[in-house]
This record gives sequence, C-alpha cells and structure tokens, in this order.
Amino acid sequence: MSNIRQRLPVHIVLLVAGGLSLFPLYWLFLTSLSPTQYVVRVPPEIVPRELTTANYVRLFETTPIVRWLFNTVVIAGVITAFHLLFDSMAGYAFAKRRFPGKNVMFWLVVSTLTVPAQVTLIPVFFILRFLGLLDTYPGVILPGLADVFGIFLMKQFIQTLPTELEHAARVDGASEWQVYRHVIVPLSRPALAVLAIFTFQRYWNAFIFPLVILHDPSKYPVQVGLATLQGEFNTDYGMLMTGAAVAAIPMIAVFFAFQRHFIEGIRIGGVKG
Amino acid sequence: MATAAPRRRRSLAAALRRYGWSYLFVLPTFSLFVVFTLLPVVQGLVLSLQNARVTGGEFIGLANFETLAADPVFVQAVGNTILYATVVVAAQITLALVVASLIQPLGTQAHVFYRALFYLPLVNSAILVAMVWRWIFNANPFGLANTALGVIGLGPFLWIGSSDQALIAVILSAVLTIPGGGVVLYSAAMGSLPRELYEAADLDGASWFSKWRHITVPLLRPTTLYLLVIYTILAFQLFERVYIMTNGGGPNNATITIVQLIYSTAFQFGRYGLASAMAVVLFVMALGVALVQFRSLRSDVEY
Repeated sequence: MSNIRQRLPVHIVLLVAGGLSLFPLYWLFLTSLSPTQYVVRVPPEIVPRELTTANYVRLFETTPIVRWLFNTVVIAGVITAFHLLFDSMAGYAFAKRRFPGKNVMFWLVVSTLTVPAQVTLIPVFFILRFLGLLDTYPGVILPGLADVFGIFLMKQFIQTLPTELEHAARVDGASEWQVYRHVIVPLSRPALAVLAIFTFQRYWNAFIFPLVILHDPSKYPVQVGLATLQGEFNTDYGMLMTGAAVAAIPMIAVFFAFQRHFIEGIRIGGVKG
Repeated sequence: MATAAPRRRRSLAAALRRYGWSYLFVLPTFSLFVVFTLLPVVQGLVLSLQNARVTGGEFIGLANFETLAADPVFVQAVGNTILYATVVVAAQITLALVVASLIQPLGTQAHVFYRALFYLPLVNSAILVAMVWRWIFNANPFGLANTALGVIGLGPFLWIGSSDQALIAVILSAVLTIPGGGVVLYSAAMGSLPRELYEAADLDGASWFSKWRHITVPLLRPTTLYLLVIYTILAFQLFERVYIMTNGGGPNNATITIVQLIYSTAFQFGRYGLASAMAVVLFVMALGVALVQFRSLRSDVEY
C-alpha cells in the first residue's frame, strides 16, 4: 500500500513525460481529422468538437500518396530482404569461419560504422550516374544494401551460438551451404527479426538519398513525397498533417506488432537513429 | 621448374576448396560495401581536393577548405550544427538518464510499458516529425506553441519566421521528445549493475539520491559515453528538421547546418568539390567524437 503511494508520483511524472513526447503525434492525427475551419481556430482546441475524414478523401484523390506508399514498401522491402540474406551469410563467415583476409575485411567494415552517411552522398551520386542508375529503383536500393550495421549485428549474434551443432551437421554430411541454411539461419531468428525491423524502419524513413537520386515524382518514396506536399499545400496544415498521418500509420502498426523486437534491437544493436 | 606450376595450381585448388565457401558467404555484402561505402569515402576525400562541377574538374589542393574557412555561411553552418548538437545531446543524455532511473525501481510490467511508451514517438521519420513541429511552431495566433506560451503571458513569437528564434524552435523540437533509445539502453544497463555495492551502501544508511549519484551514475559511464557519441554524430547530421521546418536554412541562414549546406551546394548549385570538402569537415567532426569515446573507454580500463 505504502509502496503504491510512494510510486504514484513517479508514475505521474513518467506518464506526463510520455504524454508530452507523444503529443506531437496526437496533434498530427487531430489536425488531420479536423474540419478545415477548426484547424485555424484561435485558440486551437486540444479536444476536438467535430471530426471528419474529408482531408483523407482529398489527399487520396489529389496526390499520388498511394503510389508513394507502394514505392516505399518495394524499396524498403527489397533492401530488408537482401540485408537478411547477405548479412547473415557474412556474419556467419566473420563469426565462425577462418579465411585469409578476414580480419582486414572486418576491420574495414567496422571502421566505417561511424562515418556519417552524408559523407558518401556525393560520390554515390556520381557512381550511380556512371552506372546509369540515377532516377531508378535499383539506384536507391543498391546503396541501401551497403550499410554495415547488419554485418556487425549478425556477427556479434552468431558468435554466441554453439559450434558443436555445425560440427554435428558436417559429420552428418551436410554441405557448407546446408550448415548455413539449416543450422545457422534457424538459430539466428532473434537477430534476424531485429535486423529486419531496424532495416525496414530505416529505409521507410530514409530521405536525403532518395531525394537526391530520384527525380520522377511517381518513383518517390513517401518521405520525399511528403516534402513535396509542403510545397504544394504550403500552409494548408490540415492536408499536410493528413499526408504525414498516412505515412506514420504503417510504421506505428509495425511498432505495435513487433514492439518486443524494437526494444530488444536497441539492447543488441544500440541506438540507430 | 616444370612442377612448380601444377603444384601452385593444386594449392590454389586446395585453397579454393578450403576457403571458397567463406568468400562466397562474405562476397555479396562485402562487394556492395566496397562499391557503395568504402570507395565513396575515398572518392569523397579526392573530390574535396578538386574543383569538381557538373562538367568535371581538376585538382586544386586545399583551395576548397580555404574557401570554406572564409565563407561566413559555412562558418555559421558549423556553429549552428555544434550549438544544436551541444544543447540537444546534453538534454537527451540527462532526460534519458533521469527517466530510466525513475523507471528502474518499478516492476517488470511497468518496465515493458514505459520502454514502449518512450520508444513509440521515435519510430516516425524525421520528415514527418519536422512537419508536425513546423505546424506547432507556426507564427500565427492559432499556432500551438504561441497559444501555450500565451497562457503564461509570453509571446506571440515569430519562431521559424524570425532569424533570432528559428534555431531555438528547431532545438526545442528536438529537446521536447524523450530520447526513447537512450532510456532503453540506460534501463538495460541499470538492470545489470552489481547489487553488492548497493547493499553495502544500504548498510551505511546511504540515501536513494546519494546511491544514485555515487554508484549508479559512475557505473553507467560506458553507456553514457556510447550515447554521447551516437547522439552527437546523429545531431551533427541535422538536416530534415531544418529542411522542413525552416525551408532549408531559415531567414538569413539562421538555421543553416552542414548537411543542409552540403545538399544545396552539391545538388542545387552543382559545386560538388566544395560540397565534398564540407562533407570531409563533417567526417572529421564525427571521427573526433568517436576518438574521444575510444580514449575515454581505454582510460576506464586502466583505472
């Protein structure tokens, strides 16, 4: 009893802090659902008197937002799928296998972990122009496959797996690929889940690379599309917040579905954005 | 002599049999890494020494860096970036530490709930978050920030419309969100601190605060350093908030940042060499921060 009384102020402080952090998200959805005349009301109303989906209808009718969402799912989805395959393969080799050059290769990978992505922006733009990949999906996807966080994450995780299972599989006549596919991959599920969620989130939210690489608005991922809405609707905050809401909903849904993995991911992989 | 070639071939075959699979496992991701990360880092350094424009360029030594040092806009961008990073990172570390410390004594269910609560706002993109803050900090009487401050008799402020207040609005937008990632990391680190020290302190009759101040905070130093580095490097990359909230730099470049300037210099004005030199400055700043962490951690081991 005294315990609860002692802890009540702590809960109140934490709930207020959490509420404040979440408030912009609430304000975003509230504005998107408010009739236009209420959006510019003085003073603004924190608790809505009337809600409408008119902004949503207008957004879907007048902007290519559905196309942008589709583009984002394709781009982030393909990047995530390749990272799961390639990073688990490389993580396995770096964690468990011996080969000449391994340490040098891994050292090179790790040494770029703290390089800000913007440092590579201009050269990557040049390379893509050279390859004729500007303004194409592969042009956005390929540089996305080069970030090394996943290699590092998978190596750290696979290192902790017992080696006996691999040996047993080899004794049973498994090929090297089968060892990877049927021993390492199943055991790595927790790390793969974390990698999938982090990678998908990262490329769902990516902005500056697609902004620079893509020019055709029908190829834009949703974040770049949102930025162009700002030019189009300027001070029509109802429409802007509706666009932002539509881009936010999928990521929030992913968070609620895989909450545990998000939290676990920070513990294993550290803060990434 | 005649047998040397076949032997070499045989040893090559043996090496392939022995290591071939390893290289197959590493090669897909490593070659992508080389082409799209390693090579670009090197090329970025080369470009920074060139007078590179859309049509190509030649080596001009360190002239780009001299140009930057004499350019008041770039100096302002570096100043804004460092000011933003200093204030925001200090606030983030403090908030994360305090919130995690408050969560710590609560039960497991409360842990799960609060970690999720504080992490939820962070799954959204920087663009989307910046759009909301632009709406909150708009200068009109119906702007939420102006209304809220009006209640206590302040304002109305011009915020992002004013060269004095635009950067403050950008900084506030970052500071007013609890850094959920830091909360989770601190919280995990606190869960694994040795209990013996606390028990000993209890025997001495230490207060909750003195235990926190003299045991918890010092023991969390590795986590603090890690967060310091990660958050500082992230803050150095400030772009989306400025691009969206203040139309890419604000009145009189009040909110210009290094990355914003890299973007406009390269992709709006086609001065790739100059922009690459800015990227090198950003790189060196990030490297400096990482080295500080490395050295501090090493000195930890010694004592």
